[in-house]
Amino acid sequence: MRLVKNKIELNGSGTVTLCPEEPEDMWHAYNLIRPGDLLRASAIRRVTTTQDTGSTSSARVHLNLEVRVKSLDFDPQSSQLHVSGQIVNETAHTKIGQHHTLDLEMNRNFTLEKETGSDGEGVGWDSIAVQMLKDAVDEGGNRRAEAVAVVMQEGLAHICFIGQFQTILKQKVEMSVPRKRHGGGDHDKGMNKFFQVTLDTLIRQIEFNTSATSLSTSNETVRPILLASPGFVATGFQKYIQGVANTSMPALKRLLPSIVVVHSASGYLHSLAEVLQSPAVKTILADTKYARETKLMDDFLDQLRNETNKATYGPREVESAVDQGAVGRGGGVLIISNRLFRSQDVAERKRWVSLVDRVRDVEGGEVRVLSSDHESGRRLDGLGGVAALLTFPIADDAAEDEDENDSQ
Amino acid sequence: MSRHRVKAVSYDEDEYDDGYYSPDPEEQEFLEQCTVEVLNQLRAGDPSVTATRGEVQDALYHYYNDIEKSVNYLRGKKVKELQKKQAVAAAAPKAKGTSVPAYPAPPLMSPPPAAHFSAADFFRDAPWLNIPTHRKGEILVEPLYPRLGLLGGAPDGAGGGKMSKLAALAAARRKKEGDKAATTPPVAAEIPDAEKVPQPAPSESKGAPLSLRERLAASGKPQKSTAEGLQSLRSLGKGSRQGNSSSVKKTTPEPKPQASPKEEEATPATSGPETPVASEEAEQAAVNIRAPPSTFANAIVGDSARPKMTEPSHLSANTLDLIRIYGQDLAEPFDFAGPSPDDVVINAQSSAKGFKSKQPASKSAGDKKSQADLAGGMNNLSVEEKVNVKSKNLDVLSEYNKAKRKRAMNFAVIGHVDAGKSTLMGRLLADLKAIDQRTLDKYKREAEKIGKGSFALAWVLDQGAEERARGVTIDIATNKFETEKTVFTIVDAPGHRDFVPNMIAGASQADFAVLVIDSSIGNFESGLKGQTKEHALLVRSMGVQRIIVAVNKMDSVQWDKERFDEIEQQVSSFLTTAGFQPKNINFVPCSGISGDNVTRRSEDPNVSWYHGRTLVDELEATEPYSHAVDKPLRMTIGDVFRGSVQNPLSISGRIDAGSLQVGDQILTMPSSETATIRSLEVDGEPSDWAVAGQNVVLNLANIDPIHLRSGDVICRASAPIANVTSFTCKVLAFDHLLPSMVDIHRGRLHVPGRISRLVATLDKQSGTIIKKKPKIVAPGTVARIVVEMDQAVPLEAPTRIVLRAGGETVAAGLLE
Repeated sequence: MRLVKNKIELNGSGTVTLCPEEPEDMWHAYNLIRPGDLLRASAIRRVTTTQDTGSTSSARVHLNLEVRVKSLDFDPQSSQLHVSGQIVNETAHTKIGQHHTLDLEMNRNFTLEKETGSDGEGVGWDSIAVQMLKDAVDEGGNRRAEAVAVVMQEGLAHICFIGQFQTILKQKVEMSVPRKRHGGGDHDKGMNKFFQVTLDTLIRQIEFNTSATSLSTSNETVRPILLASPGFVATGFQKYIQGVANTSMPALKRLLPSIVVVHSASGYLHSLAEVLQSPAVKTILADTKYARETKLMDDFLDQLRNETNKATYGPREVESAVDQGAVGRGGGVLIISNRLFRSQDVAERKRWVSLVDRVRDVEGGEVRVLSSDHESGRRLDGLGGVAALLTFPIADDAAEDEDENDSQ
Repeated sequence: MSRHRVKAVSYDEDEYDDGYYSPDPEEQEFLEQCTVEVLNQLRAGDPSVTATRGEVQDALYHYYNDIEKSVNYLRGKKVKELQKKQAVAAAAPKAKGTSVPAYPAPPLMSPPPAAHFSAADFFRDAPWLNIPTHRKGEILVEPLYPRLGLLGGAPDGAGGGKMSKLAALAAARRKKEGDKAATTPPVAAEIPDAEKVPQPAPSESKGAPLSLRERLAASGKPQKSTAEGLQSLRSLGKGSRQGNSSSVKKTTPEPKPQASPKEEEATPATSGPETPVASEEAEQAAVNIRAPPSTFANAIVGDSARPKMTEPSHLSANTLDLIRIYGQDLAEPFDFAGPSPDDVVINAQSSAKGFKSKQPASKSAGDKKSQADLAGGMNNLSVEEKVNVKSKNLDVLSEYNKAKRKRAMNFAVIGHVDAGKSTLMGRLLADLKAIDQRTLDKYKREAEKIGKGSFALAWVLDQGAEERARGVTIDIATNKFETEKTVFTIVDAPGHRDFVPNMIAGASQADFAVLVIDSSIGNFESGLKGQTKEHALLVRSMGVQRIIVAVNKMDSVQWDKERFDEIEQQVSSFLTTAGFQPKNINFVPCSGISGDNVTRRSEDPNVSWYHGRTLVDELEATEPYSHAVDKPLRMTIGDVFRGSVQNPLSISGRIDAGSLQVGDQILTMPSSETATIRSLEVDGEPSDWAVAGQNVVLNLANIDPIHLRSGDVICRASAPIANVTSFTCKVLAFDHLLPSMVDIHRGRLHVPGRISRLVATLDKQSGTIIKKKPKIVAPGTVARIVVEMDQAVPLEAPTRIVLRAGGETVAAGLLE
């Protein structure tokens, strides 16, 4: 995302003009734009006019509309963001207060304004929002690492794109492969069919140029492709691709060097965590955000397993730990899912923003915001969306009592 | 039908006259009597009518010599003819030059040319055009006939009663034009003078006798089947032919060229004795026109309707395309000359209203019918043919109790990878002659060829190409063998940790387990940490009580008793902690590769210390298990495959509970689709029924394979298993449990899910709650947890499930 104009005031209000340049930017926009914000973007609106005679005519007009956001609809599969709200600026064709749904488009600027309001009813550009903006604009310019992962098992394959901030399940291939039986070659036939379908789907999803001439002419870079499976399915698939490359589709030879076969425990998407942790993948995708996130989650779970009481999860437990000062300097880490900041409820968001600010600025601990669209973030969501590594063990009993109070 | 007809034509022409079928004198006499009687009655009745002998005899024939009916029929016919004659006589003066009301309107545009020679007529009697209607359906394109409803807006559904003004206008204009044209041909001009209806074209009148003959043959045909009917037909056929032709020429005051549709509509019963047959048939079909007609009815009804539809076009033949001609021509043989009863009614109504509305009415009636016909035909066209399997309605339980089968048992072979499970089982099968020596030799050769000679025995069970190439069992293999008392089914499970899901599927089918342990130095120790432990825990948590420990590869440690004792001590202590009762654990030192102590006692002097049973003896010593035969049907699908050409869709598995038989309707979950059991096999043998505990292959019908996946559950619609997206279960934790993603296994069923809540940790013995809402559940503790899934899965209490995460079993337990 390109930052076109930045006019954020000290009090947190202000406007930002951004230009999304790639599909993942829509995801950033989805995280930045919140209900209550003002969003200005170009729009095409069908305007119906009624003549004096009663006849009506409708025309599609290009407008620059500013809406007060009511709701967002994000489709991660196609990276489309639809923002609906009420129009606040007046144009020749629209009235104030009419509803409109803005479809944000790539390479078209949009302007986002957040207000704090005199009595602080809005949240404005809080620390999280500013951090998100920084992530979105990518000041460091260090996020190009992307990979395609095919997590598979017999008769099942998940093709997903691993981006910096999100993992998108692009397609699921599911086929019934006959099991091995006496005297039947059905199993091998079925596996071949399965490989064929999976390869076709994969090529379609990565928009790979399979024409024979592309071998010499095209020098587009191919993203790393991770084939992961339990047993020998992934190896078999790699062999199958090699076979196809050698016979019917020579263009696939370009693909072959970027294929990495790794082990996963199952063909389901949650095995992706294991895939990303494997040494082979780590060398390819070193120090990307999600690799760090996965590492962090594993550390946390280890702490939890070892029952050192130096890890806790759940909203109330973490808050109480922060209150006790356990998430502070010297190893205290607050792990929080960005799903919490997407809350429709302003008070809810303020609660988490203040917690983050407190840990970072007052306690001196580390704060990691995990993307809920990544595997690690999903694991965190299972734990209530927030967890903490503590500097010192805290007794379980306090949380226990609270729980009991809650249940009463 | 038309094939028969072609034959009939040839009889008519060639064989009739050679006297081959001489009429029965007795019958002739009887017929004569009846004829006289009928003629008398006709003359005596009011109004008095006359009929030719031929007509009477025809009528008698068709009414099976029922005098009364014949009289009624003939009187009705004659009276109508009389009336008609009067009517025509009245209309004749008007008819000239102005309008001939009965003339059919040409279908759409151009006026018919003056003189025409129709190809259709020329080929009318050519048999090669008599293609059955059902075959020519594609040529006879319905829309060729201009529909009034489309043009004028009068809907067909209105029964042709009303038409729009525009349509009426158009019809009137067309009629006018048609009249002009009709009056021009010289023949047409002559005929009115001869008290005839003006329209028949010369070619038609020429064609009429021929087709009459055909008609007779056709109408006579249904009766031909019986010998008696055949005879009488022959005798009558001659008479009626003469009679008819004479009636056409002389006797009947008004000969009806049958090809003229309007004429037929006006005088429905004109054309001879075959009409009743036709109308009877037509009536039957007309009564319930919505039901799919039989082929026979199709032919009759369809064709009685069709001539009316195509006839007008025939009159203006030049403007037609060939298709129409052919269509018309082909329809001709089935012309029963009389209109259908429906038409009679409609015409009667319309004639009451006036001449004008007659044409459209009858037209649309024919039109409607052919549409209905078409619709019926479409209904008959079903893409998928339902297979009906007749159930024998056996009382499966009593059959089961009656049947004296050997007791049958399944056992799972488990253990760490490369412990020699498949080889041991291969040895077992080879020594018990469950597999022939030739196959074994073949395996040996092939295995040596790729340098894996020691794997030859394992190849008996490892049939997959990949399995053989890698020397690792990947999926479960089932094989059966028999001893004197029992039929055993081996479920050979893979030992590799990646294939534990397959092993779970295998273990879920087992009554007891054989744990194979590699006794060689180092391998035993690594196995105990690995899958030896995991498998043992898994089979125990899946309800297996008895376990036989085969301490394999004893030859590699020179049958060292100390080694055996050490292993026995370690494994039994572990197994008892896992929950096996000591009396249910047996140890057998053996060697799969040499076969010692598998089926025969070892000859090796080193083994003299062992006096226990061999592996087979241990297997046989196992008590059989009872199964929930009388519970509702439950069966987890183990595999979906194409059995053979006859059985394109088969599923296999072990019946968990209940019973089933051939012809049963079953329900598959979670797809909730029904299927029919076409046939079934129990342990590879065809059977009519199967009960819980048996390994079956079900050949299914009436279901799409897309609804079947391995892991689905089969049940009955009367007692379906519920699909759930979340469940509470009591589990024993093998690893730390906290809210996280897990794989849920139940037999073949393998779905992703997540532990959403840890409800409480429980006391192992009493089951009382120790701690509510634990943050984490430690290994070895019993906990109650809530698991959620994204997709609905057929699960019901009490089912044993296994939870795995990251390639390791984290918990196993019981659904609540």
